[in-house]
Amino acid sequence: MTGPKALLEVDNVTIRFGGLTALDSVTFDIREGEILGLIGPNGAGKTTCFNVMTGVYQATSGQVRFDGKVLTRLKRHKITKLGIARTFQNIRLFKSMTVLENVMVGADAHSKVGFFDALFRLPRHRRTEAASTARAKEILEIVGIRARHDELASNLSYGDQRRLEIARAMATGPKLLCLDEPAAGFNPAEKLRLMELIRRVRDEGYTVLLIEHDMRLVMGVTDRIVVLEFGRKIAEGVPSEIRDNPAVIAAYLGVDEEDAS
Amino acid sequence: MSTTTTPTSAGGTSLVTLGKRWDVIVERYNSQPTIIKALGLAAALVFVYALPLIRPPFFTTDQIDFGGVMFSVAAFALVAVGLNVVIGYAGLLDLGYVGFYCVGAYTTGVLTSYHWSWPFFLALPVAIAVTMVTGVLLGAPTLRVRGDYLAIVTLGFGEIIRICVKNIEWLGASAGIKDIAHPNTIGAAPQPPFDKGGLFEVPRLEWDGLIPSLDTQHKTAVLAFGAADAIPYYWLILTALILVLIGDRLVKASRVGRAWEATREDEDAAELMGVPTFKYKLMAFALGAAIGGLSGSFYASGQSGYISPDSFPLLLSMLFVAAVIVGGSGNRWGAIAGGALVAYLPERFRDFADYRLLIFGLALTVLAVWRPEGLLPPRRTRRAKAAEAEIDALEEGELEGGLA
Amino acid sequence: MNVLAVEFGNLFGSLSSFLDYTIGGLVFGAIYALIALGYTMVYGVLQLINFAHSEVFMYGTFAVAWTFVFLHGTDSVSQSLGEALPILLVALLAAMLVSAAVALLLERFAYRPLINKNAPKLIALISAIGASFALAEAMGLRDRFAGWVGLDDNLANYVSPEKARDVYSNPVTIQPKDLFDIGGYTVKDIDLVVVFAALAMMVALDQFVRRTKFGRGIRATAQDPEAAALMGVNSTRVVQVTFLIGGLMAGVAATLYMMKIGSTRQNAGFILGVKAFTAAVMGGIGNLRGALLGGLILGMMEAWGSAVFGSEWKDVTAFVLLVLILLVRPSGLLGESLGKARA
Repeated sequence: MTGPKALLEVDNVTIRFGGLTALDSVTFDIREGEILGLIGPNGAGKTTCFNVMTGVYQATSGQVRFDGKVLTRLKRHKITKLGIARTFQNIRLFKSMTVLENVMVGADAHSKVGFFDALFRLPRHRRTEAASTARAKEILEIVGIRARHDELASNLSYGDQRRLEIARAMATGPKLLCLDEPAAGFNPAEKLRLMELIRRVRDEGYTVLLIEHDMRLVMGVTDRIVVLEFGRKIAEGVPSEIRDNPAVIAAYLGVDEEDAS
Repeated sequence: MSTTTTPTSAGGTSLVTLGKRWDVIVERYNSQPTIIKALGLAAALVFVYALPLIRPPFFTTDQIDFGGVMFSVAAFALVAVGLNVVIGYAGLLDLGYVGFYCVGAYTTGVLTSYHWSWPFFLALPVAIAVTMVTGVLLGAPTLRVRGDYLAIVTLGFGEIIRICVKNIEWLGASAGIKDIAHPNTIGAAPQPPFDKGGLFEVPRLEWDGLIPSLDTQHKTAVLAFGAADAIPYYWLILTALILVLIGDRLVKASRVGRAWEATREDEDAAELMGVPTFKYKLMAFALGAAIGGLSGSFYASGQSGYISPDSFPLLLSMLFVAAVIVGGSGNRWGAIAGGALVAYLPERFRDFADYRLLIFGLALTVLAVWRPEGLLPPRRTRRAKAAEAEIDALEEGELEGGLA
Repeated sequence: MNVLAVEFGNLFGSLSSFLDYTIGGLVFGAIYALIALGYTMVYGVLQLINFAHSEVFMYGTFAVAWTFVFLHGTDSVSQSLGEALPILLVALLAAMLVSAAVALLLERFAYRPLINKNAPKLIALISAIGASFALAEAMGLRDRFAGWVGLDDNLANYVSPEKARDVYSNPVTIQPKDLFDIGGYTVKDIDLVVVFAALAMMVALDQFVRRTKFGRGIRATAQDPEAAALMGVNSTRVVQVTFLIGGLMAGVAATLYMMKIGSTRQNAGFILGVKAFTAAVMGGIGNLRGALLGGLILGMMEAWGSAVFGSEWKDVTAFVLLVLILLVRPSGLLGESLGKARA
């Protein structure tokens, strides 16, 4: 394959829960600097696939390699440190913390500050704290909620909470940013703004994996698309190819037409 | 587990007003120039230190030595601050906190009296270290267990510790340990019965109704630790409390505090944001244990210098938890208030001595039902409630406009 | 320390073989299991640790002793199970009624307001701890309450003036009778009755939850309260019935306990409650069969523990075992599943 090198490789991954096969020998990769869309009808295995990549599930067989390293049997916070960050489909912010603090938690992922640094306010604490705060505010600026940094996360509007999720994940300094249905519950105008944001995030130098239901959004923003159905990969290619792929139309678009109200 | 709450307006409003009143005080204080703030703080500190000498009317317990009561108030406040780290910050329900208190006390007892005769201030750091190690040993296997189970495991731990000290001869078995060293007196050594030693003596106030006069009969020797006067012990433990509070504040407002809060809010999400949750839970547990050990150590070397297995019933754990929750889990001032109330009220109202546990139990239930967030919840909780109420009020109109 | 520990110690002083310990353990395990049901049902439905359930049991034990005082009088006698049976049955009924009433009061005043406010679980636990203190203390102060209304003389046999906090004994001691031998061990009628009564109650409850319409409601609420409510399940009623069942079972446990031990005390509930909760967690909280399994294992392990290390280490054995089981199987032996089909 030509072009940029693969950042994350999903290599022949199978996952079974009891008798149910959620993913069946799925193989694809994500290249540095691209926006990859992972789509498929409900229950196609998108979220399962996502969870394997972020270490929530372990693959029954097969491998996930990130930057050449095998991810199996790694602790979840270690995977984050390697450079994979994610958002949650059902928003999972730290509700009693402020917007800035939420982002700071992400920024702390690479901090070496320990208990004694904090207790004695050692130089390392001051330095790191100042740098993280600045970085966090910068990211909040990018996603467009800088002005609300002192609010409690639970007080943000639904759309801003989704933005905060993205900001928090970005703050962990990932090479790969995984967005799990970031447009769920958005109206068309909000979706448009989200597309802009995703492009902007990519321009900041992040590689983005986008799991999405909404075809228009996916077609509009991604560089390449992988389509899953019943746990199998049924297609892979640039948006225009996917749009014309009969298997995809049969499996997915039909469903989506009914879905899109 | 979901933590979403939809507060009913009744509970929310009263809570918000109480919170607002407290916030106004805090804000007014914060808006003062630095010099005024420093003076205010100093005045408050002097007042708190002098409280057992001032003996304010009504507040002072008349049937039992007020200095002793203030000592237990400060000791409970210290315990509550420690447990608040575990329950309030990290969200770990520890029902066996008395175990750590006991370990701290017994380490001090063994080192200063039962087997060795170390001076108190040498035994104190060892007691803290031993308790901390105990905390790590207990926490390492159990903190992986889910939250509700942690409660019962820690409850069991508290009981195990008590049974151990009751049955192990080396720890004094059921007879307990007596003659535990008092903290070292600074200045002249006390020479009973008349010379109290210490650096110098300060008199107390005496009240006739609301008119104070100087009581020169009962003087307290500063920095002298004997069996006669509890006030120096109060000063010592109060100092420890203040130091712990400063540390608590510094650590809470740092990466560590954020990691705790994130773990408490959503452990999975925290883990995926790169927080090594287990490490931070263990840290909270060990820190809580250390503070428990610290207060246990002070308790052992207190006025009577005697401890026995019966000094550490599981019931005490429940009182500690109650102190934290009553005050408002997660707020250090709330924890202090809760600890102080739990220690003080039964002593002040000794007339009802036989009924005090009954009243205490009823009060806990009534308080929980009537004000679920505690007397003084963290400022944020109140802010969130206020905002939620506002949003709720606005929402109906907005929903119609926005989504229809 | 408490009645149970003392009696349990004596019990094992007089017995010797491994089988003796095992049977003794099973008997207590059966009682733990019955109390554990109260914890496990409430937890299954509400995810709340019903800390005050220990007092539900304790009130039941007093109900048994009071019934004997009322129907038999205060002269201490020793009777066989057959002779005591008529009063014992009345006592069973009384204990079930009293325990169920206490459980329902708890639900009404200590929990329901909090459930309605959707308060944090920790607060519900505090409320429960408070209620537990208050109930235990109220029993310990019953002589004063009677004194307030001038009935302390009339009710002296029930309220034990000046001694309300001491051990309160059933005037009728039920003498165990040897039934038959297995492997050198003589099976006694009381032990057999305790174990079988407990088993019968468990089976009945299991069937109730699995087969009846109401059982379905309980299971549905345990699985998904919102969906159950949408499907027309009255969740308040489900919670009430859950507490009611827990109370009835605690009443049975109280009767069996009094049959076996013969005396109680205002703080007798606490340690038994802790043990029963341990049993529930061990078996997998929310799981009815888990409660039985957990209770029996806990009882036996304790008995063996006291055989090996001495009876003072009995409680330690129990808790260490709990920690070990949770480390290997974090959701208990049978898993947590009031909602699932196995109930």
